[in-house]
Amino acid sequence: MRAYTPKDDVQAKAYYTDRYYVAPQVPKSEVETDEVFAADLEAIKAKFEVKEAYIQVEQMVVYINAHDIYGVLEFMRDELAYTQLSEMSAIDWLAKDNTFEIFYQMLSMEKRKRIRVKYFIENGQAVDSVEKLFRSADWSEREMFDMFGIEANNHPFMKRILMPYDWQGYPLLKTYPLEGDEFAAWYEVDKIYGKEARDIIGPEIRDTATVDRYDSERFARLGFEVPKGTKITGNEEPHVDSYQEDGGIFLIKKYDKESSVVIDDPQR
Amino acid sequence: MAQHKVNYTQDGGLPVALTSIDKIVNWGRSNSLWALTYGLACCGIEMMASGASRFDFDRYGTIFRASPRQADLMIVAGTLTKKHAEFIKRLYDQMTEPRWVISMGSCANTGGMFNTYATVQGVDRIIPVDLYLPGCAPRPETLQYGVMLLQKKIRANKAGNAQKAKRLM
Repeated sequence: MRAYTPKDDVQAKAYYTDRYYVAPQVPKSEVETDEVFAADLEAIKAKFEVKEAYIQVEQMVVYINAHDIYGVLEFMRDELAYTQLSEMSAIDWLAKDNTFEIFYQMLSMEKRKRIRVKYFIENGQAVDSVEKLFRSADWSEREMFDMFGIEANNHPFMKRILMPYDWQGYPLLKTYPLEGDEFAAWYEVDKIYGKEARDIIGPEIRDTATVDRYDSERFARLGFEVPKGTKITGNEEPHVDSYQEDGGIFLIKKYDKESSVVIDDPQR
Repeated sequence: MAQHKVNYTQDGGLPVALTSIDKIVNWGRSNSLWALTYGLACCGIEMMASGASRFDFDRYGTIFRASPRQADLMIVAGTLTKKHAEFIKRLYDQMTEPRWVISMGSCANTGGMFNTYATVQGVDRIIPVDLYLPGCAPRPETLQYGVMLLQKKIRANKAGNAQKAKRLM
């Protein structure tokens, strides 16, 4: 049986708070255990420097130097039949040693194998774009720039892809707060109404369960609805809100339960 | 000579219904609420279902229009991102007065479960809202009931009065 844990405040506090948490690694095995991967690794090693290589969850992971990336991917695409770049992005290790880890997920439909090519860059360093090799890298590199601030050299259109162009900050960095910084909190207000409107509109209400029953500018309490801007004292009488006025409205007859007839036989 | 002769003495008088300007104008407004198609997320699916034949918005006179110039009701159905916030303000400004706004679903009401940097925490930070519909997503019945309540609200107001600015901007 599962051990009992108190659940009094389980909704109030986040169950997961450590944003620098590093998941434990699954077991790694030698590259020699798979002959296809072993042959691929030998071919890469003959041309480029490979720092580390292992197999993890039936995929080979290869660490290379940052300046080799264009050559390695071109070689893998043209010589080793890894014809698809299914994904690429970065991992934030800034808290650990001020580096980013960049990964490229390669797929060979011919060999039915996947290889992950990885390298580290320093904070502030740019990477070489592989957009000329794989069209899928176009948007992936823009997303990497958008989310981490890592620029790609020789990219044809190095701009943000998800966030607005005038956004400040890089949201997927571990240091970026989930609910946004000062800039993000006032972004739409500053842009549409200007900074002087901050006092009128007020800060964001981040607790979505917040209900102020004395505030008639926003939600109304069910059964106690009042017109917008009315001063609420708390002594209001509850009322049942019908969607139609008593006696019906102009040209439309109100449904009357007393004078209506229920037809027993629907076939008549 | 008219082919169909009207007998003005029959049924107690002329074929005329007497009413006030307020009533006739509000009757027209409340029964021809043309809504702007504004499906931003999954609530948009429920909004589409409300317009389709099973729930049939047309019988309230609510017809979806693809242009803010022809619409007088904006149903904000879904998550409003901060990137999109300026566009909703622009579309709202393009609608002719009198205009009404229904905030449909938790995301449009408060930001909902998207307690993040990229989501506007309630559409009423940008534009004034007349009616908030709870739910994630609200059923089409909720939207129908909301439109009926809005019709009642329209009929309760004076037609001649200019719309009161709901927020000083």
